[in-house]
Amino acid sequence: MVENTQLVSLTVDGKKISAPAGTLLIDACKASGIEIPSFCYYPGLSLQAACRMCVVRIDKMPKLQTACTVPVAEGMVVTSESDEVRQARKATIEILLGNHPLDCPVCDAGGECELQDMTFTYGAAESRFMEAKAHKEEQQWSPVVFFDRPRCILCYRCVRVCGEVMDVWALGVQNRGVNSVIAPNMGDHLECEECGQCIDICPVGALTSGAYRYKTRPWEMNHVGTVCTHCGDGCKTTLGVRRADNGMEIVRGDNRDKSGINGDFLCIKGRYAFDFQQHPDRLKQPLVRKDGKLKPATWDEAFDTIAKRFNAIREQHGGAGFGVIGSTRTTNEENYLLQKFARSVLGTNNIDHHRTADYPAFAAALAGKPEMAASLRDFEKTPAILLIGNDPTHQHPMLATAIRNNVRLHGAKLFIVNHEGLKLRRQSKAYAHIPKDGYGKFIAFLGGDDAVASALANGHTNREQLMAMREMLRGEHQLVIVFGAEVRGKDLETLVKLGMSHTGVKFACLGDYANSRGAADMGLYPDLLPGFTPLADAGDFAAEYGASLPKSAGMDLEKMVDAAKAGKLPAMFVVGANPMARYNVQLGELKNCFLVVQDMFLTETAAMADVVLPAANAYEKSGTMTNTYGDLQIVRPAGDFAGAKPDLELIVRIADRMGVAPQSLVPFGRGTRADMGQSRGAQSGEADRHAIWMVAQGIEPKVSPFDPQALLDEIQRLVPGYGFSRLNLFAGNDVPTHTAGKGKGAHQDPELIWPANDTLFTSGTLGRYSNTLNSVVEAHEGKRYPTQVETD
Amino acid sequence: MVISEKLDRFFTEKMPEYPTKRSFLVPMLLYTQDELGCLTDEAIAYLAKKTELTELEVRNVISYYSMLRTKPMGKFHVQVCTNISCQLRGGDEIYEHCKHKLGIGHKQTTADGVFSLEEVECIGACSWAPAVQVNYDFHENLTPGKMDKVLEDYRNRK
Repeated sequence: MVENTQLVSLTVDGKKISAPAGTLLIDACKASGIEIPSFCYYPGLSLQAACRMCVVRIDKMPKLQTACTVPVAEGMVVTSESDEVRQARKATIEILLGNHPLDCPVCDAGGECELQDMTFTYGAAESRFMEAKAHKEEQQWSPVVFFDRPRCILCYRCVRVCGEVMDVWALGVQNRGVNSVIAPNMGDHLECEECGQCIDICPVGALTSGAYRYKTRPWEMNHVGTVCTHCGDGCKTTLGVRRADNGMEIVRGDNRDKSGINGDFLCIKGRYAFDFQQHPDRLKQPLVRKDGKLKPATWDEAFDTIAKRFNAIREQHGGAGFGVIGSTRTTNEENYLLQKFARSVLGTNNIDHHRTADYPAFAAALAGKPEMAASLRDFEKTPAILLIGNDPTHQHPMLATAIRNNVRLHGAKLFIVNHEGLKLRRQSKAYAHIPKDGYGKFIAFLGGDDAVASALANGHTNREQLMAMREMLRGEHQLVIVFGAEVRGKDLETLVKLGMSHTGVKFACLGDYANSRGAADMGLYPDLLPGFTPLADAGDFAAEYGASLPKSAGMDLEKMVDAAKAGKLPAMFVVGANPMARYNVQLGELKNCFLVVQDMFLTETAAMADVVLPAANAYEKSGTMTNTYGDLQIVRPAGDFAGAKPDLELIVRIADRMGVAPQSLVPFGRGTRADMGQSRGAQSGEADRHAIWMVAQGIEPKVSPFDPQALLDEIQRLVPGYGFSRLNLFAGNDVPTHTAGKGKGAHQDPELIWPANDTLFTSGTLGRYSNTLNSVVEAHEGKRYPTQVETD
Repeated sequence: MVISEKLDRFFTEKMPEYPTKRSFLVPMLLYTQDELGCLTDEAIAYLAKKTELTELEVRNVISYYSMLRTKPMGKFHVQVCTNISCQLRGGDEIYEHCKHKLGIGHKQTTADGVFSLEEVECIGACSWAPAVQVNYDFHENLTPGKMDKVLEDYRNRK
């Protein structure tokens, strides 16, 4: 990126344009609407000038010049299209096609191939070569990556993105001249992070993915931009879907439009681990326990069973009879609705979720300072980053990429404090390798407590290095301090307080799942309402819900499970979570507990349930999600799986069957007559998707009780920090939320936080049912992984 | 140690004179090849570590240069130039003669491991064409007869 604001004027094709000094000619032209073709040039990567497609005539220069390597200069006169230039490009294509197979009709890239486009533009359809094309069989380099050598045009994009962006360096070029060939690091296969960046960046079909190859053609898919459902980074992913026998099948994930928070980055999970969506083990109909066994049932029967038991238990035991466990992968609207349902319908504060970060302490520490919460975007350009704990390369791949890019392109200074040797150490300015239990001490050390330095020092990092690091840190402004679950409770509070001495400081707290932050923000806590509002401040919520909310704090996740085991919790409602696996509860250990589970699969928890409702996943519904940095994004339905319903609809239907007016839960249809909308399919819950058409036809837009946007209205009205711009959100952008509004009220137990510790190739329950991830894990380790329990 | 301690020490001493560690890679490859006869897998791993590069990158460099090799050649590596000057003065005949005499072809080694043969591009001895390079020594203004003598001398030297 060019920071210089001094403008340089030049003429391209007779048109006067200007660009900041230092801009490359190809970029300057692009910014002025003049497209110069290229294969090897890629913004953000080192320059290659290998393909010769971007040649232009520059006055007073002897030969045609490559626009990708020439910086703009004052008074430069450029001709980007002329017979001479066209002829040169045509000749380049003719040579490229000399050995390129004509298998476009079966090639994955056919229809979105840059070589195809260029051939079409410059018309090099005839070849003067008489030689036979050198054929080589395609090779499989990993479960994910396939290489079709003859199709390769040697642009080196894959080599550069793998090395420079990913810092993996698994691809190289061997030999020279016509014998040059892209080579994987292990001779005949790849050992890498399997991110698929090389495949996505390939301008032709030389690198193809195991997930997508030979499955469909680009024009046969619909493309839906949504948010990845795996880690807490919230990358935007474009899902390619096509009709399947049971709805819509996701066949591809990529981010070629680069419009998201993640640019063109996606890790293996975002790109290929969507296959759980069509897993054969997915639940297709409700299950109800009869004679001790879970048996398929109709929706009517399932809802009836739930409503009857829930009503009876509510009458007999009141709210204390219920325990509600929410999900870290459902949308904000669903989480909000779940706590509203728990508190206003079931009348209980017994509600919790699998916590992976101390968000309440974080919100309290940042009280009144919303500008100090870092967005994922802040990592792109900030001059200094302090990373304490966590391993972003595995747990937050996009954050790791943003940090690497910032160090590489903008020279940011990275400081790392960790109890292990991370891969990011290669980018770090200073690295404190501390003992596993040393995080609290390190924070005390940052605060000036020299006495703990000797306890921190060890074979990896000595006292002097620690001192030097602290000294360097003291001078940093615009510092972004980012920490993992290692920092919680008091330590977190101390760290934030300390950090505030840096001018322009920002903080980020790393949690693990796609909507862990949303679950926290939406009040899935026994003692906090949405927006980390204390129970004592329930005023707005009580008024809105029109019910008297329970006043005392409820049970946390662990206490609920214990109570259920002890026969003291008559009913449990679990949405998209697997607490029984987490606490190692065996079948038959729950006593007198009516358990209702909404999930995609028959997890350990679902297997114990009395009623199981098949749920849709985040790729099949609409709503919003908040990433761990507080960036809110819109989620759109891409896939569709017959038999499953979004959790939002399931909760509304349960309430409806219990005799609760849906309007009291979902404020839909206010001021207009409402219909029930569509419950599934691409338009699920999105009654206003065709608003423009409806307005044109003079029909009032109507919202359904399953419309997440009706709940989003309420969230915006009531939840502190969620007063964002909806225009911006609906344009597909990430918008910041600031849950640091109210301060105090976060009396949380840091002991309840269990990081997921997922690696690049695991992703809780979703990973368990992803064949792609499992095959990669098998290839890498020769065994099925993980032995850890998929708890969410 | 894959290479001699002396060479390793030499590498360590010289390294700081280069702007980056990888700038020293090609000379290091040549020195290592001279000592070991070829660039073995162990040598590649050693050099990758020394230069903080991946083994793949070291292999990429080796595969780019025809004078770097991963398989052992004969004790005496006969490199016959057939570029334009040598060709005009009978380089092709010299090459054919060597093939016949040694009973091996391009980049092959005799069964006893004494000789290997390679047809090479210009070795910069045009003024004395046709020329042949054996290891680092040049033999110039050759004829098939003179070539026999050269080969004989080497055979006796083994």
